[in-house]
Amino acid sequence: MRMVKWLLAAVAGIVFSLTAAPFALAQGVVGAPRAWEMGMQRSFGPIKDRIIELHNLVLVIITLITLFVGGLLVWVMLRFNARRNPVPSQTSHNTILEIAWTVVPVLILVIIAIPSFRLIYYQDRTPDPDMTIKVTGHQWYWEFSYPDQGNLDIESRYVHDEDLKPGQLRLLDVDNQLVIPVGKKVRVLTTSTDVIHSFFIPALGVQRYAIPGRTIETWMEAEQPGTFYGECNQICGQDHSRMPISVKAVSEADFKTWVDTAKKSASAAALPKIAAK
Amino acid sequence: MAASSDTHAQGHGDDHDHKPGFVARWLFSTNHKDIGTLYLIFAVIGGLVGGLLSEIMRAQLQFPNNHIVTEGQEWNTIITSHGLLMIFFSVMPALIGGFGNWFIPLMIGAPDMAFPRLNNISFWLLPPAFLLICIGLVMGESGSGWTLYPPLSNATYEAGMGMDCTLFALHLAGLSSLLGSMNFIVTIFNMRAPGMTLHKMPLFIWSELVTAFLLVLAVPVLAGAITMLICDRNFGTAFFDPTGGGDPVLFQHLFWFFGHPEVYIMILPGFGIISHVISTFSKKPIFGYLGMVYAMVAIGVVGFVVWAHHMYLSGIDADTRAYFMGATLVIAVPTGIKIFSWIATMWGGSIEFKTPMLWAIGFLFVFTLGGVTGVVCANAGIDEVIHNTYYIVAHFHYVLSLGAVFSIFCGFYYWIGKMSGKPYPEFWGKVHFWMTFIGVNMTFFPQHFLGLPGMPRRYPDYPAAFAGWNFISSLGAYVSGCAFLVFLYVCYRTFTSKEQVANNYWGAGATTLEWTQTSPPAFHTYLEMPRIS
Repeated sequence: MRMVKWLLAAVAGIVFSLTAAPFALAQGVVGAPRAWEMGMQRSFGPIKDRIIELHNLVLVIITLITLFVGGLLVWVMLRFNARRNPVPSQTSHNTILEIAWTVVPVLILVIIAIPSFRLIYYQDRTPDPDMTIKVTGHQWYWEFSYPDQGNLDIESRYVHDEDLKPGQLRLLDVDNQLVIPVGKKVRVLTTSTDVIHSFFIPALGVQRYAIPGRTIETWMEAEQPGTFYGECNQICGQDHSRMPISVKAVSEADFKTWVDTAKKSASAAALPKIAAK
Repeated sequence: MAASSDTHAQGHGDDHDHKPGFVARWLFSTNHKDIGTLYLIFAVIGGLVGGLLSEIMRAQLQFPNNHIVTEGQEWNTIITSHGLLMIFFSVMPALIGGFGNWFIPLMIGAPDMAFPRLNNISFWLLPPAFLLICIGLVMGESGSGWTLYPPLSNATYEAGMGMDCTLFALHLAGLSSLLGSMNFIVTIFNMRAPGMTLHKMPLFIWSELVTAFLLVLAVPVLAGAITMLICDRNFGTAFFDPTGGGDPVLFQHLFWFFGHPEVYIMILPGFGIISHVISTFSKKPIFGYLGMVYAMVAIGVVGFVVWAHHMYLSGIDADTRAYFMGATLVIAVPTGIKIFSWIATMWGGSIEFKTPMLWAIGFLFVFTLGGVTGVVCANAGIDEVIHNTYYIVAHFHYVLSLGAVFSIFCGFYYWIGKMSGKPYPEFWGKVHFWMTFIGVNMTFFPQHFLGLPGMPRRYPDYPAAFAGWNFISSLGAYVSGCAFLVFLYVCYRTFTSKEQVANNYWGAGATTLEWTQTSPPAFHTYLEMPRIS
């Protein structure tokens, strides 16, 4: 028993030191997929916490069901093969058994359904958002607007292979990140100007389609400062795999500073254009 | 039937086995067995092309930043064609057109289908449809995904004619299955042997009947949706274009109103085949026959009211999501009844592990696995992080690529002796099974691990973190590809075999009417009407 615990601790330590820890020291936590990962990405927000909780419950149930069915199959193959059981029975009915395998699955489904319904309404939208971000999908980049910050508007494109700096993740890092304040409920409004895209941040447990002609509301919250990666998740043409999303959660003070700088550089970038006219 | 007049003119005594010449027999065929054979050959060709595309896809995904398929548009066209080919030109022709045509008349004691000429046109609509799909593929202009969602599939973003070809291909394929399924319904309702009441009908017939009803109800909705899409593309309408007051989400509703029953259309006939095979090789009658029948009917009915679980993220209301989640979970109940009834059929039996039985047991395992991940996908809450990821790809390949395809091979090994009169090589059949079983599990099980951390589907290139499981998955795909070559070798060995099999080569466990006929059955069977006591 102690051996198992030791082994688990050792494996966990190695995994942690190889993956999360170096990033964590550098600039907050990192929500990104990891090599040979077998489960969901770590949670860094309240929605994802609940998704993982429900998924853990369902995963246990479906694993038990699969093992049960697999076990039954192995048993009938061993016990009722032609060699061990040359004379087959001719039973073809058993009312109690048939009722049982109808009712028991219903009960299991009820156990799954109750927390599931609760989760749907929790993640749907938030009644008291602290701020709003409008996400617009384009072929093939993202546009993030901050209506509460004087309509600050930024465009976010993937980093081309030749421009990748050391430590940057290929097909995940972008030129301009979506910056949000940590610990705030952020209302997300998605839409698109061309085809359907999907705004998807696994570590925060949020995803919605971005559909032209309609605006879809949902919300997200990051509980720790850090970077959370996502990708466009609805086929949108030629560069579907080249429009990742990178969310940077910072403290409220840092967020204010970032907004000011971003506004300045935005107006600085806009000035020459006006002058040229 | 068409041949009977010249048969008499030539004065052959044994007229029920006289076959017309090549052109009359294979191009103008009205004989259900010949049409069934044509469908099966067609399904193998469709599967071959679709399978080749999947090997290309797995080769591209074997490493990140791979350059086998260089352009995203090219990639998107490949995945679109892969999906459509496998569904409409491999699984459906095999399970419905192939085995359905062959064995519905044989199992109900009818001499042929009710409308033999309609049967002929049902088949011959498919080759031109196949050609149109291939044009779309070769032109590289149908990169919308098999779901065809506008605006990506409209004239602005998919301007070429290739997309129109793909849409017309679906019209033809849809018409083909519509006519075919009407034929099935009429045949099953009107041409059963005296004494074969609905509740005595073999389960395979029940499964084809439910499937035919699903097709008749679902395909016209798809036809409507793609007609509107064709009008949007070519005639300036705006059914799905928001700038003209249309709605892209409307297309999703229409598509999935067809698309969800479609997945049951693909698996239900498989259920029928598996039931017969398990009963035959356990030497027991099927357990809980009525439960099995009404489970299929229930799956068919409930399958029509769950479509929006494909659209949890399309901005539908939370209450709507809650309803569709609840309705979807309900489907697990009749499916569970079927799984447990199959195991109960084996329980107490005297099981022989011939190749068809291996496929049937393999089916039970992979279908259970695909079924339970379906419960995960049904959860609108969890769907928020697995929607459109490889978890979904793994899930539907477990129920279709493994479930439906296992049942096709199961039916092939079960009936090939009956259809051809020649035995298949048992050893190579088992090699085929084990290679496929290992290959497909190696391909698709790791995809769960890709999907849970969020690898999106329909990506030709991906971040380095996903490299590991993608590599394993690709190796699995190569094993499955080799397994298909073994299958072709099995076909070769079977058809060149000099041996002749008996009428009922499976013995006492095989109780349905087709086993009373010779192997292969005479060109025209049941000249004398069988009676069921």
